[in-house]
Amino acid sequence: MPERAHILLCAGAACISAGEESFKSALERELKEAGIYDEVKIIETGCFGTCDLGPVMAIYPEGTFYVKLKPQDAKEIVNEHLLKGRIVERLLVKEPEQKQALPTINDLPFFKNQVRIALRNVGFIDPLNIEEYIARDGYSALAKVLTQMSPEDVISEVKKSGLRGRGGAGFPTGLKWELGRKASGTEKYVVCNADEGDPGAFMDRSIMEGDPHSVIEGMLIGGYAIGAKKGFVYIRAEYPLAIKRLTSALEQARNYGLLGDNILGTDFSFDIEIRIGAGAFVCGEETALIASIEGKRGMPRPRPPFPVNSGLWGKPTVINNVETWANIPPIIINGADWFASYGTEKSKGTKVFALAGKINMTGLIEVPMGITLREVVYNIGGGIPNGKKFKAVQIGGPAGGCIPAEYLDTPIDYESITALGAIMGSGGLIVMDEDNCMVDVAKFFLSFTQDESCGKCVPCRVGTKRMLEILDKITKGEGTEEDLVELEQLAYTVRNTSLCGLGKGAPNPVLTTLKYFRDEYLAHIRDKKCPAKVCTALIHYEVIREECRKCSICFRNCPVGAIYKDEDGTYVIDQSKCTKCGICFQVCPFKAIKKE
Amino acid sequence: MKKLTLEDLKKIKEKTQAELEMRSPEGKDKIVVHMGTCGIAAGARETLLAILDEIEKRGLKNVVVTQAGCIGLCEYEPLISVQKVGGPKVLYKYVTPEKARKIIAQHVVNGQVVSEDVLSTE
Amino acid sequence: MKTKEEILKSFPKNPDYIIEILHALQDNNPYNYLTPEDIKLCAEYLDLPVSYVEGVASFYSMFSLKPRGRYVIRLCDSPPCHLVGSESLLEYLEKKLKIKVGETTPDRLFTLELTSCLGVCAVAPAMMINDEVYGNLTFEKIDKILEEKRGNL
Repeated sequence: MPERAHILLCAGAACISAGEESFKSALERELKEAGIYDEVKIIETGCFGTCDLGPVMAIYPEGTFYVKLKPQDAKEIVNEHLLKGRIVERLLVKEPEQKQALPTINDLPFFKNQVRIALRNVGFIDPLNIEEYIARDGYSALAKVLTQMSPEDVISEVKKSGLRGRGGAGFPTGLKWELGRKASGTEKYVVCNADEGDPGAFMDRSIMEGDPHSVIEGMLIGGYAIGAKKGFVYIRAEYPLAIKRLTSALEQARNYGLLGDNILGTDFSFDIEIRIGAGAFVCGEETALIASIEGKRGMPRPRPPFPVNSGLWGKPTVINNVETWANIPPIIINGADWFASYGTEKSKGTKVFALAGKINMTGLIEVPMGITLREVVYNIGGGIPNGKKFKAVQIGGPAGGCIPAEYLDTPIDYESITALGAIMGSGGLIVMDEDNCMVDVAKFFLSFTQDESCGKCVPCRVGTKRMLEILDKITKGEGTEEDLVELEQLAYTVRNTSLCGLGKGAPNPVLTTLKYFRDEYLAHIRDKKCPAKVCTALIHYEVIREECRKCSICFRNCPVGAIYKDEDGTYVIDQSKCTKCGICFQVCPFKAIKKE
Repeated sequence: MKKLTLEDLKKIKEKTQAELEMRSPEGKDKIVVHMGTCGIAAGARETLLAILDEIEKRGLKNVVVTQAGCIGLCEYEPLISVQKVGGPKVLYKYVTPEKARKIIAQHVVNGQVVSEDVLSTE
Repeated sequence: MKTKEEILKSFPKNPDYIIEILHALQDNNPYNYLTPEDIKLCAEYLDLPVSYVEGVASFYSMFSLKPRGRYVIRLCDSPPCHLVGSESLLEYLEKKLKIKVGETTPDRLFTLELTSCLGVCAVAPAMMINDEVYGNLTFEKIDKILEEKRGNL
């Protein structure tokens, strides 16, 4: 008996943390109760990408897309949708503006405008079932490579595709492989950099959770191309679910003989080991990553020599990140020209972005290179919530930069983004609206890199600290215009003299906000005002006497007793006691408290 | 487990591909079983199971079966509609499991509408 | 619980497994930390100086050289969580547990730490307790989770 419905339940980390597991057990219970448990198949997939709507699921064959599921919704879905074929309207996605419900997964603009290559299987197959991967052309790229292509053919195909490293710097992948193949030595390694530490970026986690075999297959092909017998995946310990899924995928691949000796009956042998990090952001830098795999303190070293000549244990090592590896199998199957038909002249193919911050649809998307920021923010991401104004987007994580509204029509490709002072980075896009203070944002990113600095080189260890002190001064209203000059000088020094990418990129948020939002810095310095009303030292709360109805709610909620009643019963805030926590502002039912 | 050969890889692919067919409904013949309370009471569930069984027996890959609610024509239940790719939507009345099997053989496979059971055609 | 010898023996005698070994030893300790004995045993097993092993253990933020609680709470403090209010959650946790970041409750149940991005930004603010990730946090949700953990004992 074939199943009459497939229920694809997203089991990505975001949906799990939003309660996917308890929904699943409720659903199973209801299916059993209705006596149709054997008629439907529940598949736990990787991330759909619509993470803020989680837990989500799609019911096929219709492709009905239900969101924000709670255990108590299970009964209705079983009784209405699965038994009677009636769509449960209230659980559909509503378009932010039209309020119109969108029944199927393909109706959503969020999905419609995407081109999914690296994410081709994520959210569509059961990541724990290798056969579903095989059904979707999985491991046929490997078969093609091993039986019909020489290592040189593979390299030239990847070169021709124009694929560039998706980890941030955008080095041409085919060229890296060629250098690896030509490097002298018989013992070589391939490494998958899965130490995805950029705040706001989670595409690598999603691929490992949702389609781990695509990474394994990519690495196998890379190993064949450069002549390596061994690969390592270096994965951060903050991703327990990705570690679990990848471990089980490796086991399956080994059981099927797709890892090990004489793969698919050829004389190619290859195996992969997982190495787990332990909470050090700098280990995403390739030389630090190598040190960590070797069991050392994860500190970077100067390059050259590059890992491609002297990497793990001094042997030639090709390091690519998760997304790059996942792009390899489709390139081999569909050809370099197909891949290169997406994107721009210098940035081919697609890129996965993680949308976060002040945007209606947060989550994960894959789009062709060259698409504009405006299309991503408005057409796919659904714009800014609550009718607020778009202010800037931080692209490329803490080493990236803030791009303001006037550049919304910039095409997203490596060169254009770099020209604006940001970097493509791993693809985190954090959207900010008028309520975000850009000085505070710069300070926040810098405090992140400062904290994660490994301490080996002086510019990064000391320079970022001094920069942070200046920013702190400015947000407290104690900054001077000389401070701005010094901040800028320091930023350039740190950028030019740091040892590795972490230090080199650390000043970018400061430099870009200085460039595009200098007036905000000046407002903090000259007028002692925070225009976005974020920096607590520069704002104060006051009761508007005419509006106050003397209800005493502010008085009762103030945690520090800074509110008192004056002669006529109106409440007043004692500025010397006020800690600017904002509770009175939030609780006042008459909007009688102003924030300035 | 023994090592996979190229041949095995192909077999697994074909086998599992058939299972995944359900997740790509575009460009396929559609059978909709109307399963409101009235339909279920009239035996729509048995009809649905017969349809699924017949499709599997015949190894039909290009057909999706979905359910829909009551369309207000309760007296004709169980109702099903069949729409071949590019063809009209044909609504069948009083579809017992036996009739369902016949509709699949005649209409879905051979493209001949089972005219005696038709309620309406769109 | 495994003995320390069993844990060590499950890894090859190869210095590059040091981080895996330290993870395993730490996970095996009910108070989630590496004792001086652990460091020494690991050094002996891998034939490395004790100072080297301690150097590695102190470099990575996920290893602790002092006792922690049964449950290590790691509140995500990265920008996407920060933008939606992780700071107030931190204050709340500190007040509720009566400890500061890096400290452990006297009953040795909870340790409060901050972590870099957990990669579940769309359900920010988020935190991880041991190996479990919790998203869309509110004060009420935190209360419920802590109660659950207390009840687990």
